[in-house]
Amino acid sequence: MTDGTMTAASARSRVRWPTIRLDWIAAWLLGVLWILPLAYAFWAAFHPSEFVTRFEPFAPLTLDNFREAWTYAPFARYFLNTFLLVTGLLAAQFVLCTLAGFAFARFTFAGHQVAFALVLMQLMITPEVLIVENYATMAGLGLVDSIPAIALPYAASAFGIFLLRQTFKTVPRELEDAARIEGCSWLGVLWRVYVPLARPVYLAYGLVSVSHHWNNFLWPLVITNSVETRPLTVGLAIFAAPESGVNWAVLSAGTLMSVAPLLVAFLLFQRQFVQSFMQAGIK
Amino acid sequence: MTPRMANVYGWLLLMPAAILLIAFTHWPTVATLISSVYSPGTPVRPARFIGLDNYRLLVDDPVFIQAALNNLWFAIGTVVPSIALAILMAIWVNENIPGRGLLRLAYFTPTILPMVAAANIWLFFYTPDIGLIDQVLALFGSSGRNWLGDPDLVLPSLIVMTIWKEAGFFMIFYLAALQSIPPELREAAMLEGASRWSFFWKVTFPLLMPTTLFVLVNALLNSFKLVDHLFILTKGGPNNASNLLLYYIYETAFSFFDTSYAATITMVLLVLLALLALAKFWLFEKRVHYQ
Repeated sequence: MTDGTMTAASARSRVRWPTIRLDWIAAWLLGVLWILPLAYAFWAAFHPSEFVTRFEPFAPLTLDNFREAWTYAPFARYFLNTFLLVTGLLAAQFVLCTLAGFAFARFTFAGHQVAFALVLMQLMITPEVLIVENYATMAGLGLVDSIPAIALPYAASAFGIFLLRQTFKTVPRELEDAARIEGCSWLGVLWRVYVPLARPVYLAYGLVSVSHHWNNFLWPLVITNSVETRPLTVGLAIFAAPESGVNWAVLSAGTLMSVAPLLVAFLLFQRQFVQSFMQAGIK
Repeated sequence: MTPRMANVYGWLLLMPAAILLIAFTHWPTVATLISSVYSPGTPVRPARFIGLDNYRLLVDDPVFIQAALNNLWFAIGTVVPSIALAILMAIWVNENIPGRGLLRLAYFTPTILPMVAAANIWLFFYTPDIGLIDQVLALFGSSGRNWLGDPDLVLPSLIVMTIWKEAGFFMIFYLAALQSIPPELREAAMLEGASRWSFFWKVTFPLLMPTTLFVLVNALLNSFKLVDHLFILTKGGPNNASNLLLYYIYETAFSFFDTSYAATITMVLLVLLALLALAKFWLFEKRVHYQ
């Protein structure tokens, strides 16, 4: 990346471009516009509610809105639910997708092409679309209003299987053969050779999965109906409903609270996040 | 390894994922089809076969027609501008623009937020009179509008918000693609005296084509699955002016409790998604090699 821009920069000094970079001002204006909604949420959340639409630079700062949001709705429980959901689901996805990805990468079993096509079907028919029938299934299993019910339809992720299959395919056969000669079993080869080599892919997939399910809404809304199971997004939607009667400032505080962990994680590991989303999409 | 062993190992490894995929993707797809040709069963009246009756209802259902059309406009309205903006953003943050890191952060951050949270924030913006947009308009002497309450404005308002939410996400794919374009091309073009404009249209844009196709199809697929903001902002209203297919499915199944009609609408959505997926498959078979 740096090399590319360096060459471009040195080339620019040699050859005069016809345009002076007026468009960079546009770039920054767009950037400001893009961050404005979030900046506004911060403004509203950290000031008393009378300043929600009055922008005075020296308006007093306060944490009262956060305090009020926290006591008004069971956010602590929602956080716990979301945490359990994303970690449990990620663990399940890692195991299931690793095994299936390995099967597709290294075994030419009968019907593997048909099976792979059937797996990829989930890339288009995601569980969101099938809320009606999946609800019926969960009702049949007696799992309605439980955290596993939120996670189960996403556990065998076609995307994860695809990603790991692609990665495993790039592992040189020689490494595997060497391990086999050392007396490693198939699962041993998977665990000792393939999984370690795919570590960056696991990280990338993990970040994508966690942020996706931290933010997921429709299916959790359908399948949960109690405080003990509701994830943050659903809790936040109920909190934001006009019936709850909270004011803008408190609502902003609640909204920021819900997104804070992911946002902080993103700010700290920005590069990894962006790279993960890229890697995940580009393969 | 013998083919027999490959069969055993392959299927054993695949089994856990396969069971879940069948249970929560393939079976419900089939069940949706079955459910759509039966009347909803009640304790007194068991479900009976009604053939295509539900589909006939669908054609005459003005709400369904409107939701489908809304969805079409929502798809076109969000996808095309998002892609254009994403390309622009990617080009900017790929250059050594001052504050590049911050700029990329600004563009990308909306992607990290849940749609529900984004909708909460935008609700302030769209509130009539006291909302931020109306206040800015008031500075210019323009009267406020009821953005989410006006049937003509509600869908464009949702589209604007969705573009804001998604453009940064698509940007990163273009960024990756741009970084894979050899800098020599640019230098050569500059030495030839090509303008930035013609360099973009003659070199960059064609080279970005696979990315554009990839993003385009994914974005279209997304626009049929994204309804979270409706729950916060409009509930499909006013008068279904912002209703989308998936939201209508939700309403039909979980507010009106007509699961068999909901299944019928789901079938339409499934066929749409299948067509898009086929298009994707076909495009990528031709243009990009995954293997």
